[in-house]
Amino acid sequence: MAVYDLKMPISEEEIRALHVGDTVRLSGVMATGRDAAHKYMVENFIRTDRVPESERALYEELKKLLKGGAIYHCGPVVRQREDGRWEFVAAGPTTSTREEPYQADVIAHFGLRGVVGKGGMGANTLRACQEHGAVYFHAIGGAATLIAASVKEVVTVYKKDEFGVPEAFWVIRVEGFPVAVTMDSHGRSIHDEVRKSSQEALWRLIGA
Amino acid sequence: MENLVESLVELVRRASTDLPADVEAALRAAAAREEPGSAAAGALETILENVAMARQRSAPVCQDTGTPIFVIRHPQGVSTRLLQQQAEAAVAEATRRSYLRPNAVDSLSGRNSGNNLGVGFPTFHFEEWEEPYLQFDLLLKGGGSENVCAQYRLPDSTLKAGRDLDGVRKVVLDAVYQAQGEGCAPGVLGIAIGGDRGTGYVHAKEQLFRRLDDVNPEPELAALEERLLGECNELCIGPMGFGGKTTVFGVKIGAYHRLPACYFVTIAYMCWACRRARLVVRDGEATFS
Repeated sequence: MAVYDLKMPISEEEIRALHVGDTVRLSGVMATGRDAAHKYMVENFIRTDRVPESERALYEELKKLLKGGAIYHCGPVVRQREDGRWEFVAAGPTTSTREEPYQADVIAHFGLRGVVGKGGMGANTLRACQEHGAVYFHAIGGAATLIAASVKEVVTVYKKDEFGVPEAFWVIRVEGFPVAVTMDSHGRSIHDEVRKSSQEALWRLIGA
Repeated sequence: MENLVESLVELVRRASTDLPADVEAALRAAAAREEPGSAAAGALETILENVAMARQRSAPVCQDTGTPIFVIRHPQGVSTRLLQQQAEAAVAEATRRSYLRPNAVDSLSGRNSGNNLGVGFPTFHFEEWEEPYLQFDLLLKGGGSENVCAQYRLPDSTLKAGRDLDGVRKVVLDAVYQAQGEGCAPGVLGIAIGGDRGTGYVHAKEQLFRRLDDVNPEPELAALEERLLGECNELCIGPMGFGGKTTVFGVKIGAYHRLPACYFVTIAYMCWACRRARLVVRDGEATFS
């Protein structure tokens, strides 16, 4: 168990050095994306023969942003300042398992190094982390004020009107965003291990 | 009736932007127990830092400010209708001031009412008592922890749980195992034995208003609370499900009479952000705790 400071974009070497149980402070530019964003990326960019003309510009932006970067499963509470810039007010993680059908493809296609959320993800995502050199970063559920305070700047937002505020791609610059590695690039998942060990303890305690 | 809206807004603000002292102390003790440098210790340190920051900024501890659950005790002759109107006005105003996230969604249209008022939302319980003053207890219960609440019907053959306190113990352990870290562990368990399916949940949630250090007046239940606190932590699910020494930091049990045919055990799981607050209004003077 070690503590790391990582700046995005992150190299494969840096990711491979991480193991479950490590704590990390993330800095740099990342994007939020949850249900609508994942469905959109898979349908328009990945499981398609041709990227629609209308979506090409965003595709190019996302490719640059996500290569070596991280996507954050979060529906933030935001506030627009008088000068028109946006601020994050509360920004805790949302439950990640809903993205399980898409996440492996998104990791592979864009060269993501990190997925940030809560609750962990399944076997497909774990395999993609192993194959492509990525990890699952678990943010702290409920730590909404602290995480919002680590968001130093909202760089831009994509698809806000189409997807709505919680579902948009918010491009944010973070400093010292606290997370823990709970699924690493070596095939280990804390979530699988804790489920198994707690089940053994349960059987022992109830004598079943 | 005197105007209590501003005092009730303050009650909501206190509940949302701070934690009760006993809860914060329990989280602090839990952080000290975890292995330094572990993910579990890191999670608890982040939680404590977040609480301190929320208190200082008067911002919600968690973005999910949950269902506001009011338990209001009043002397004879007070209009509960007027009390509810004032509490509703306070909830709407607290939402406008960003102490609460708009959380009331129309189940048919999917539309958010925008002010936390809706059909059956917030939740109110009234009780007339012999004291000469008003007491408002408020709990903010988030959706993540609500999703992992559970109700069991004894006997349960899979868990070999019979209709006795040992059966209760077994199903509670199973509920905590099933929840893993998803209810934002470490949590507090409010448990009801008996009642029907509806009153079981009401009584289980009532337990969440109890202070962590109170002692159950029923010795058998007090013993079970203590045993379960130890055994739940032997599951080692830990903060956020990262593995670790503290999975729950409070177990509170109540018992209702039941039908001969029914033996329900209801477990209300509360996340680490066990946000409760109290307002007492006596002779026109408001005190918070």
